Amino acid sequence: MSTLSERILKGAAGEYVDRKVNRAYVHDGTGVLTLEAWKSMGARRIQDASHLHIFFDHIVPANNSTTAALQHELRDFACGSFLRFSDIGGGICHQVMSEGVVLPNEIVVGADSHTCTLGAFGAFATGVGATDMAAIWMTGETWFRVPESIGIRLSGTLTGAAEAKDLALTYVSRLGMDGASYQALEFIGEGAGAIPMDDRLTLCNLAVETGAKAGMFYADDVTVEYLAAAGHTVQVQEPEDCTYIREIDFDLTAIVPVIAVPPRVDTIKPVSELTGLPLDQVFVGTCTNGRYSDLARFARIVKGRKVAVRTIVVPASRAVLEKAIRTGVLADLVEAGCSIGTPGCGPCLGAHMGVLGEGEVCLSTANRNFKNRMGVGGEIYLSSVATAAASALEGEITEPEVS
Amino acid sequence: MGADIDTDLVIAGRYLRTKDHSIWVAHVFEDLDPSLAGRLNGAVIVAGKNFGCGSSREQAAIAIREAGAIAVVAPSFARIFFRNAINVGLPLIECDLAGNEGSMVTFDLNEGWVEVEGTRYPVRPLSAKMQEILAAGGLVNFWRTHG
Repeated sequence: MSTLSERILKGAAGEYVDRKVNRAYVHDGTGVLTLEAWKSMGARRIQDASHLHIFFDHIVPANNSTTAALQHELRDFACGSFLRFSDIGGGICHQVMSEGVVLPNEIVVGADSHTCTLGAFGAFATGVGATDMAAIWMTGETWFRVPESIGIRLSGTLTGAAEAKDLALTYVSRLGMDGASYQALEFIGEGAGAIPMDDRLTLCNLAVETGAKAGMFYADDVTVEYLAAAGHTVQVQEPEDCTYIREIDFDLTAIVPVIAVPPRVDTIKPVSELTGLPLDQVFVGTCTNGRYSDLARFARIVKGRKVAVRTIVVPASRAVLEKAIRTGVLADLVEAGCSIGTPGCGPCLGAHMGVLGEGEVCLSTANRNFKNRMGVGGEIYLSSVATAAASALEGEITEPEVS
Repeated sequence: MGADIDTDLVIAGRYLRTKDHSIWVAHVFEDLDPSLAGRLNGAVIVAGKNFGCGSSREQAAIAIREAGAIAVVAPSFARIFFRNAINVGLPLIECDLAGNEGSMVTFDLNEGWVEVEGTRYPVRPLSAKMQEILAAGGLVNFWRTHG
């Protein structure tokens, strides 16, 4: 009997296998090196451009002429080689791939560590570096070590002001930053079935912060319904009676709003212990929490009021932005005093927009709070959307109210 | 170096948007210890567990290699960094050598050992595919000859 990783990779845990990948993607950050490596390999061929994507999401629009020139080269290559190309404004690679592209049972490889996000669909999705990706462009396949799996068994439902992000930070804290190195996380149990797709994406997104190779949900009725709305007919994946090297139980009713304090994602405190900490910036967005449901939840809390600190909201994709415009969520955000950025990764990695100055403190809905990540001398606290919204209104860390 | 050295610490995001590798060499480990960049030529880096966690940026492995480091020794490595390092021809040695800073290190990854101060420690060998890639000097050279 197999884990989901074993089933999709068609091998036993510990085994090395060469597998064709169903989808592979790079972004403007990793694509330049990928192209350089691909050329250096002497490769004049692309194995199958139809399953290769290039997204411009990390520095969008370009911040200076050096970046612009690099993007120009990559854009020309993408268009000339018939790779699927998403230019600035299209959105974050993982988000766009989640909007009806990735399907259950697929093997998905991205040149970005948060590719694990797409395990939410019952796909095996993992990050690689640029040179691995160049070889995938050339051959259409790569090697994998089939991972052992940890069962994250969920029961009950979230209560009060707790969100999936609070559960995500809580499991990262329980496992530690290398607690799942080389392994896969499988979210299982009756509690998993009740979790909506957006929240599954958030939970799988943080898997890499435990060192995991993948974070996965079994495709179920939620998956089938979500993908049906995007025009796909897919089957559920019935879990088999398999062997996990470890199982960890989480009672969702016991999850409370938490914050990961700098500079480690696995160091969390209840929000109640940090209330009153002054903020210089609030950032809502990223592949963790930049989806429409996140923006709508943030808007519901700040609507009709004014944020007390500079607040940057970056929709994760054009589809998210369009929906926020249609429903009035965007107007609510702007009226509350938020700044809106081009869909993309925005300030998360400190290369462009929303960069922090020395001594500044940011409360962010992203996934990493490493030293200097958003700017030299800046500090990053990670929270849920509800905690970010409550805190934006006060200009200091504030407990979210139960909605 | 301590545990959980993330790739942001190896090379910060603000230095990534270039093809000029010398920029990465100049700023490698800047946010950890700005004095390290000039001292890596011929060095073996000894670190704590989970070295290279975080971002998939391959510039981290390239920066260490091009700064002249011979290898990195740590009890464990984050998996994307592990692949990246082998792919760019930077040997990684899974072993805990903390406390041996300043000593001479010798190793043979094909035979699977590392030696420091007269003591030889076994090292888990690389997979056959990774040994081939490393022996070729990285994945680019591997495909130049196999492509």
